[in-house]
Amino acid sequence: MSDKNYLDEIRNFCIIAHIDHGKSTLADRILEQTSTVAARDMEEQLLDNMELERERGITIKARAVRLNYKADDGNTYVFNLIDTPGHVDFNYEVSRSLNACEGAILIVDASQGIEAQTLANTYLAVEQDLEVVPVINKIDLPSAHPDEVKAEIEDVIGIPADDAPLISAKMGINIKEVMEKIVSAIPAPKGDPDAPLKALIFDSYYDSYKGVIVYVRVKEGSVRAGDRIRMMATKAEFQVVEVGYMGATELVPAEELRAGEVGYIAASIKSIGDTKVGDTVTRCDMPADEPLAGYRSVNPMVFSGVYPADGSKYGDLRDALEKLRLNDASLTFEPETSIALGLGFRCGFLGLLHMEIIQERLEREYNLDLITTAPSVVYKIDRMSGETIFIDNPMNFPDPSEIKQAYEPMVEAHVYAPSDYVGNIMELCQQRRGVFKDMKYIDKTRVDLHYDLPLNEIVYDFFDALKSRTRGYASYDYEFKGFVPSKLVKLDILLNGDIVDALSFIVFADSAYPRARKITERLKEHIPRQLFEVPVQAAVGGKIIARETIKAMRKDVLAKCYGGDITRKKKLLEKQKEGKKRMRQLGSVEVPQEAFMAVLKLDDE
Amino acid sequence: MIGLYIHIPFCLSKCPYCDFYSVQYSRRAAQEYAEAVIRNIRHYSKKYDTVYFGGGTPVLLYEYIGKILKAADITGNAEVTVEANPCAVTPDIAKRLASAGVNRVSLGVQSMNRNELSFLGRRHTPAQVQAAFTNLNAAGIGNISADMMIGLPGQNESSISGTASALKEYGAKHISAYILKIEENTPFARQDISLPDDDRTADLYLFTVRELAGLGFAQYEVSNFSIPGYECRHNLKYWRCKEYIGIGAAAHSYYKGRRFSVPPDIGAFTASDIQQTSVTDENPGGWEEYAMLKLRLTEGITFDEAGRFGKADELRRNAAKLPPELVNITKNGVNLTAEGFPVSNAVIGRIIY
Repeated sequence: MSDKNYLDEIRNFCIIAHIDHGKSTLADRILEQTSTVAARDMEEQLLDNMELERERGITIKARAVRLNYKADDGNTYVFNLIDTPGHVDFNYEVSRSLNACEGAILIVDASQGIEAQTLANTYLAVEQDLEVVPVINKIDLPSAHPDEVKAEIEDVIGIPADDAPLISAKMGINIKEVMEKIVSAIPAPKGDPDAPLKALIFDSYYDSYKGVIVYVRVKEGSVRAGDRIRMMATKAEFQVVEVGYMGATELVPAEELRAGEVGYIAASIKSIGDTKVGDTVTRCDMPADEPLAGYRSVNPMVFSGVYPADGSKYGDLRDALEKLRLNDASLTFEPETSIALGLGFRCGFLGLLHMEIIQERLEREYNLDLITTAPSVVYKIDRMSGETIFIDNPMNFPDPSEIKQAYEPMVEAHVYAPSDYVGNIMELCQQRRGVFKDMKYIDKTRVDLHYDLPLNEIVYDFFDALKSRTRGYASYDYEFKGFVPSKLVKLDILLNGDIVDALSFIVFADSAYPRARKITERLKEHIPRQLFEVPVQAAVGGKIIARETIKAMRKDVLAKCYGGDITRKKKLLEKQKEGKKRMRQLGSVEVPQEAFMAVLKLDDE
Repeated sequence: MIGLYIHIPFCLSKCPYCDFYSVQYSRRAAQEYAEAVIRNIRHYSKKYDTVYFGGGTPVLLYEYIGKILKAADITGNAEVTVEANPCAVTPDIAKRLASAGVNRVSLGVQSMNRNELSFLGRRHTPAQVQAAFTNLNAAGIGNISADMMIGLPGQNESSISGTASALKEYGAKHISAYILKIEENTPFARQDISLPDDDRTADLYLFTVRELAGLGFAQYEVSNFSIPGYECRHNLKYWRCKEYIGIGAAAHSYYKGRRFSVPPDIGAFTASDIQQTSVTDENPGGWEEYAMLKLRLTEGITFDEAGRFGKADELRRNAAKLPPELVNITKNGVNLTAEGFPVSNAVIGRIIY
């Protein structure tokens, strides 16, 4: 079996692209060209197989597919295309996906040039010694300027782009050239199939029949059904039931997986928590001395309370979260009780996008109406008692007298934008308590602004604010840096004199006043007039610092009941009944779900 | 004893705020329509103590009203109302209505202010309103109701007070004062009309209630006021959840324990021997419906009535949660106050849900 030549005909690669720059479309074209998918199965953007991914045009989780390509040199090559998530929240998963490859196709939009996320991922790829193959897409657009984009690639990334294929994934132009480039430019994998097994987990998902399916890149050794395997980080051991390759539409069982190959392992694994992305799989009978480098456990950065709008759906929400977690080890949740919202869960997410995706999936795939509380980050608090605690829920924020020192998480952020917008961006970063580090020109017109920013300042609406100040041209990414001492207070919101615990949040002391004003205004806008006047107040430590008043409702009447036609009245009553379901009774005040959502987005323009 | 509602869906022109079913009047269509009404009256063959000709503009069919009433079995003291445009009520027509057996006329006055009338697209003048009262009284019809509208663009207290006092002076016994609502699919909905805001409209409404009370018109329903003893007996049947038969295109009925309606199609109505109906409510008369209708009346709901639905405690409990300026809770029951009526949807919703 030690036929080393098989490696020469394998190419493992991924595609790096900014959202909308055509990654999924190119993947589709490659699938077509290799006839991997029968025409009748060809659905647009096959690789993104979650409904939500299709709609948002983003890849949430990495996927992989194995293709056969008959090249001009007469040989048939095995292509393993590993898809990568394209968002900052999923940075770590991206790095693991890249680690499974020898090369990366970098797609750059011929009219828009390089964007921040692309750049960040390209740097990651370069760091991991991947061969980066630039491809310039959308050359069919009238606004395409491929020569400038080529120059930009050379300037910014420092890789030759002169012979980069000029393609249109949408129109199917020059796809063949990309295929040949993959063969000629991307190196074949290396590895010894007889060495102890080292397989990198780059993705996993839960299948209700087979249990967790683990996607691996075998770096060394081999694995087959019947082998006893061990996850080197989690120490969990399993008996392999099946190994195989990822076909475009289904899993294809194989006899074994060897060094250099990409495939899946099924081993009746019950919990996705045992199969952490980045972990190394080895064989118990011939274990590797040490795991592959680079594993780290991913921790949620953003937390929010998630409650069913209809309290009786608590059990359904729990089931849905459990199902989602089967496929998403980075989602955490634990039960939480709110006086205002009843029973719900404190959920942890990698970032805001991850949070939105989970919420949308809960609503869409599990038909749940949710109320979500304002996202919070984790704060570190040294108590007077000497104890250090971490707080992800404002409800648990200690009394100020018990706090010796509070700390908030800082991130190192890079904002990439045309230089025209530097002023606007700096202003925004300053407003958000950013600490300027440096600024680099990445080419003649584009800059990379480097800031340290408190995570809680970017978790709400930073990206929206950034985009609106740069006409959508800016992009950014960030990395957790550490905890820094900070002045923090808990801001409480009172409706009709009662604190609504679900609306409380932790805020930088100096921001408390403007934030309080903004929130009370927002709530006034979004809470409909009630039958009595409702004061909306914000307080810090019992002291009211902002107040708005929702005036009493004055008119809500059907004046006429004509000719005995009461159908309209009945409809109105039905509507009221329905409407009531979407309302939360907070004390005497009825609050619509939208009000909870409205306080989440507080762009301070 | 039940009520009879006859829908006459003809108009000479359509008012820009109206979304009721009506078509352009033609003599021939009107005659065929009247014949179909008579066929249906014979079909149902009930005895009625209230009859109400609504529309549309029922007075356009004044020639047939006598025949229609003859076909129906009506008690001696029945209340027989016809809706009419003020400008249609000539001395001759007033006499014909009286001799046909009509003893109550509801005039679509809307306002005594020329600007407001023109905004509303009404064909009549304030002088014609006065003439209509004179003609009806001369013909022996003293039980006259008038509609007026509240919440018109630019309307103020003095225009409301002017309309109300003129109606009182002409001898109106009953006033229906409706808050203008822009209905979908009406010319008003397609125009950019800026109505007074909710606060202002509610103020105008409450002003109207006080003004009418001062003139001797007691409020008995959200939008209805009368000299005591002149409440509309027919309309009270709707609000008290009593049965009535509706005849005509787009007419609604509550009869033999079901609510049903006739399709809004004149052609289908006249072509059919007996009107086609479709059930809108298979099982009416439940608590929600009863409460929703009864709470429109100043008499409200008694705990005894609520008790028949097993809801007496719930009524008491829910009403007690509401601001006291919006509902009265007495030892007998619950009723909305004048302040409660303009927010009655919300108030009633909180009482029954």
